[in-house]
Parts: sequence; structure tokens; C-alpha cells
Amino acid sequence: MSGWLKDKGHLARMAGLFAFGITAFLVFRWLMVPAGFGLYGHYRAGALDDAGARPLHYAGRAACEGCHTDIVEARQGSRHARIGCEACHGPLIKHAQAPTEVKPTRPDGRVLCVRCHETNPWKPKGFPQVKVADHSDSGPCTACHKPHAPKIS
Amino acid sequence: MESVLQSVQGFMYPNEVELQWGILIVLYPFTTGLVAGAFILASLERVFNVEAVKPTYRLALLTALAFLLVAPLPLQLHLGHPERSLEMYLTPHTESAMAMFGFVYLWYLMVVLVLEIWLDYRKDIVLMWRESSGPTRWLYGAMALWSDNISPASLALDDRIGRALTVVGIPSAFLLHGYVGFIFGSVKANPWWSTPLMPIVFLFSAIVSGIAAVMLVYMVTAWWRERAFDMGCLDTVARYLFYAFMIDFSLEMLDLIHRIYEADESFRALDFMVHTRLYTSQVLVQILAGTIVPLGMLGLVQLVQLSEKARRRIYAMAGVLTLIGVFAMRWNVVIGGQLFSKSFLGYTSYKMNFATREGLLPAILLLILPFVILAVLIRLLPPWKVQRHGAGVSG
Ligand code: HEC
Ligand code: HEC
Ligand code: HEC
Ligand code: HEC
Repeated sequence: MSGWLKDKGHLARMAGLFAFGITAFLVFRWLMVPAGFGLYGHYRAGALDDAGARPLHYAGRAACEGCHTDIVEARQGSRHARIGCEACHGPLIKHAQAPTEVKPTRPDGRVLCVRCHETNPWKPKGFPQVKVADHSDSGPCTACHKPHAPKIS
Repeated sequence: MESVLQSVQGFMYPNEVELQWGILIVLYPFTTGLVAGAFILASLERVFNVEAVKPTYRLALLTALAFLLVAPLPLQLHLGHPERSLEMYLTPHTESAMAMFGFVYLWYLMVVLVLEIWLDYRKDIVLMWRESSGPTRWLYGAMALWSDNISPASLALDDRIGRALTVVGIPSAFLLHGYVGFIFGSVKANPWWSTPLMPIVFLFSAIVSGIAAVMLVYMVTAWWRERAFDMGCLDTVARYLFYAFMIDFSLEMLDLIHRIYEADESFRALDFMVHTRLYTSQVLVQILAGTIVPLGMLGLVQLVQLSEKARRRIYAMAGVLTLIGVFAMRWNVVIGGQLFSKSFLGYTSYKMNFATREGLLPAILLLILPFVILAVLIRLLPPWKVQRHGAGVSG
């Protein structure tokens, strides 16, 4: 080797090796990072479509309230009015799309209530709770409470 | 559930009952600490031209490399899916300290350590290339990048670049370990971790552990090769260890005193923890056996004239105790930070498994692995002068 590279040949090779490594990394990155990454945020833009393509299960409260105006009325002023319909009735989009063909089953008037109202010290103080065993016999809670407006009296 | 709850005393939130970070996460800051400490020791020699510790210079660099190669493995084991870890490099999130750290790691590995070792060893590599044959010849040729120029001018150039690398290497080493402390110190929800002192405490304990490790490796290799110890070197390294340890100890005590004096709302809960579940690992192992005893031993050597044999014994014992103490410190940070409830009303305990992915066995293997790598590196790149063409032996 001649000229100013004379005693720098090995360094030039090492620099070349680094340049190769960095280039290989960039090429690899270009190959591996999916298209659309970072378009809207730190994720693959196509993930939105993928998520959107997944089947829906819940119709949402607004859909139910459009047809079942009687229930909306029944719930008015009750502390249950803030709970989404499908929190108790389960996912019902199929019913909302074809109401007469898909008929929902009525929720169990005991199992359902106990799920939310059994006493548990971890629940906030203001949350209405009962010791179910003391509070009622083994019949349905709906024998005394109306599910859409549970306050008695 | 029943069996899990047996480890709980008082009130725990459900997500606090089982520890998420186990012994592997203890190992991670311990290994990176050894890397940073060993490198800083090597840099001292290089930048400040400390002739006395020269016999440990290359050994320290190789030790740092061996441990750095192993450092990410505990994380890989803990997270599972090693193939996904690559994504951190492909699509790093600039707001994530961990993602950015991936690049610090690469920089430190490739630019600082490998390059510095290469520049320092180049002459030896070329000589070994010339003298060997068969596959070894090819290997050394490849390591020399098939350039056999070892003219004085080229070596002088290597030395200048190597020195410059060391100068950027020191802040890199500080960054490497400061980051690990930062990861804990920045968890604002955890009062056991959240303190801006954390990176500095981690850094100094890293330096302490690195110096102790290199000192022990030097003693073991010298003993293995049946060479006399270079006592001047050992005394100097031990003195550095003593000074670094003093700073480290002061910082840790500063942190402790600050916590006690501040006595914020977490204090009673943490104090209780230190006196119960962490008593053995924190008070007995970390502070007493792992800090005060080795500090006293090293301090004794500074004060009293002792025989060579006594000094050797003291260094060996102090070195081992120091490593145990620093490991205990990592343990107490990582495990201790997860033993108490954020409600400050309860405590859980850490159950370590043995032969599971995150158990004791992989942790032991991961502690042995760097020494295997180090042995290979020493075979490949002897840190001392090798007998060559009947030349004199030393080192
Ligand atoms: C397009 C109008 C429509 C929408 C939207 C709709 N429903 Fe209905 N729903 C009906 C009709 C009509 C019936 C009566 C079907 C029958 O009796 O054959 C019915 C029946 C029901 C029943 C069964 C009543 C019984 O007597 O057993 C329940 C429960 C119910 N709907 C709940 C819901 C909920 C919850 C939603 C929201 C997810 C919802 N519906 C959305 C029209 C609708
Ligand atoms: C707290 C739980 C709960 C919520 C919230 C709730 N339901 Fe119900 N719903 C019930 C139960 C339980 C029954 C069954 C009553 C029975 O078996 O007599 C029922 C019955 C019904 C029925 C059929 C019988 C009837 O009373 O007319 C319809 C329709 C209905 N719900 C619609 C709705 C709609 C629409 C909403 C939201 C606006 C809603 N529900 C919210 C618990 C709930
Ligand atoms: C999805 C959870 C959920 C289910 C299921 C549920 N509830 Fe409730 N319930 C609530 C909430 C939330 C409140 C009101 C809390 C508030 O207002 O802060 C409430 C309030 C009540 C109250 C107090 C009403 C008042 O005005 O003081 C009664 C009684 C009650 N529920 C009975 C029932 C019965 C009976 C059932 C079964 C049919 C039932 N709940 C099912 C969540 C639930
Ligand atoms: C025999 C009639 C009866 C039955 C059956 C019954 N309750 Fe009640 N419940 C009452 C009365 C009466 C009250 C007090 C009046 C009120 O707050 O509406 C009450 C109050 C409650 C409250 C409010 C407590 C509070 O602190 O505000 C809850 C929650 C409740 N019941 C849940 C249930 C559940 C769940 C069941 C089924 C396991 C059930 N009840 C069955 C009669 C009954």
C-alpha cells in the first residue's frame, strides 16, 4: 500500500467492516419493518385494518336503546340506568342486526345480580352490597327487585 | 390461589402477590456492573498511565467483554421469545429508555470493547498469525483482517486511537451502568427504588464489583499459571478497590440516612421490611459481611504493614466478600422492591424455583458462562506475553 494509507490499511479494513455491518443492518431493517409502520404512531398502520376486520360482538347501548324505548323509560332515574345493556345481557350484536331471528335468552335473575352485588371488602364503600345468604332466600332476586330499576319502594 | 396467598402477610393488591422479577433480573445489573467496573479499571491504567496495574489491563478488558456478552441473556430468559428482542433494534421507541439502551449496548460492545481490544492486541494477533498454521492461522488472519502491517508507525496510530476510544469509553461505561440504576430509580411508583441517587449508587457499586472481580481473576490466573503475584500491582488494585468502596459506601449510607431523616409515608413499611424479610440479605450479607468487613480488611492493609502472604489472603477474602456484597445489594434492590405492597399494609415473599426458566439453575449457569467465555478469550488472546521464539517470559 502506498501514499497516506500506508500505515492505515488495517484501520481502513476495520472501517469497511463497520460500514458493512451498518449497511447490513439497514438493509435488514428495510426488509423486516412492515409497510406502513409509523404512519399514524408507533405501530403498523395495517394493524388498524386487521383489528377492524375482526368480528364484532357488542352492539353498544345506543343500538339497544333505539328499539327498546320501554326499557329506557323503565331505567330512567334508577341507579342501574348507567350500566350498559350488554353488561347484563351479554354480547348481542346478532340480535340487534336481526331482532326477530336471534332472540336473546333472559339473564338469570339471581346469578347475574350476585356477580356484582355480593359483599366484598375490596369494593368501594358506596357500592350497594349485600351478604346474599343473609339478604334473601334461594329464589331469584328479581322476585323483589326489578332488574332495570332495582330500588324497592 | 390458596398456596400463593400463604406467602402473603397483611394486605397485598392482587397483582403484587407474585414477584415478576426474580433472580435473573438480579443477575442482570450484577453482570453489567462487572462489565462497567472492569472497563473503568482498565481505563484508569490507560488514561492516567498507571504503570503498576498494567498486568491487569488486558485481563480487565477481556473480563469486561466476557461479561458483556452474557449480560443480555438473563433478560432474554426472563422475557422468553428471544426472536422478538430484535424488534427493539428494528423499530425502537425513542421514549423508551430500555429501547434506546439497546443501542448503547451495541455501541459499547462493538465500538468500545471489541475495537479497543483489537487495537491493543493487533500486534500479538499478527505475530500469532505469522507463527501458527492450519485453522488457527486462518482464525488469526481473519482477526487481523489479513493486514499484517505492524510497523511502528501503524502501532503508534493504533495506540492513539485506542487512547481516544478509552476516553469515550469511560462515559460509555458510566452510561451503561448508570442506565441500569436509572431503570430502577425512575420507577416513581416504587419508593424503594425511586431516588435520583440510584444510578450513582449502582455505578459505584459496579466499579467496586468490577475491580474486585478483576483482582480475583488476576490472582486466580497467576496462581493457575504458577507465576508469582505482582504485589505492586495487587496493592494498587486493592487500594483502588478501597477508595471506590469508600465512595460507594458513603453514597449508600447517604441514601439510607436521607430515607431515615425524610421518613416519608413509605418509611415505616420499608423499615419493617428491612428488619424482617430483608434482614439477612440486607443487614447481614450486604452491609455487614459484604461491605463493612471487606472495607475494614482493605483499610487495615492501608494502615498496617503486613506480610505479602497476609496481604494476598486479605485481598482474596475481601474480593470474594465484596462480590457477594454487591450481589446482595442487587438482590435487595430488585427483590426487596417487590416484597411490600403499594398500600404499605402487607408483604409477600419470593419463592425461587430451581430448574425452571427463571430459576436458580439457569442463574448459576449464566454466572459460570462468562468464565467459560473468558477462558476461551484468554486462550485466544493471551493477556500476558507468551513465550515466542525462545524470547523471555514475563507477565
Ligand atoms: C332493531 C331493533 C332492536 C334492537 C337494535 C335491539 N332489539 Fe332487542 N328485541 C327487538 C325485538 C323486536 C324483540 C322481540 C323479539 C321477539 O319477541 O321475537 C327484542 C327482544 C329482546 C329481548 C328478549 C325479550 C324477551 O321477551 O325475552 C331482549 C333481552 C333484548 N331484545 C335485548 C336487547 C339488547 C340488550 C339490545 C342491544 C344489544 C337489543 N335488544 C337491540 C328489537 C331490537
Ligand atoms: C342490571 C342488569 C341489566 C341491565 C343493565 C339491563 N337489563 Fe334488561 N334485563 C335484565 C334481566 C335480569 C332481565 C330478565 C327479567 C326477567 O327475567 O324477568 C331483563 C330483561 C330485559 C328484556 C325483556 C323483558 C322486559 O323486561 O321487557 C328486555 C327487552 C331488556 N331486558 C332490554 C334491556 C335493554 C335494552 C337494556 C339497556 C337499555 C337493558 N335491558 C339493561 C337485566 C338487565
Ligand atoms: C354489572 C353489574 C351489576 C349487575 C349485574 C347488577 N347490578 Fe345492581 N347495581 C350495579 C351498580 C353499578 C349499581 C349502582 C351503583 C351506584 O349508583 O353507585 C347498582 C345498584 C343496585 C341497587 C341499589 C339501587 C338503589 O337505587 O339504591 C340494587 C337494589 C341493585 N343494584 C340490585 C340488583 C339486582 C337485583 C340485580 C340483578 C337483577 C343487579 N343489581 C345486577 C351493578 C350491577
Ligand atoms: C324478599 C325480597 C328481596 C329479595 C328476594 C332480594 N332483595 Fe335485595 N333488597 C330487598 C329490600 C326490601 C331492600 C331494601 C330496599 C331498597 O334499597 O330497595 C333490598 C336492598 C338490596 C340492595 C341495596 C343494598 C344497599 O346497601 O343499598 C341490594 C344490592 C340488593 N338488595 C341485592 C339483592 C340481590 C343480589 C338479591 C338476590 C340474591 C336480592 N337483593 C334479593 C328485598 C329483597
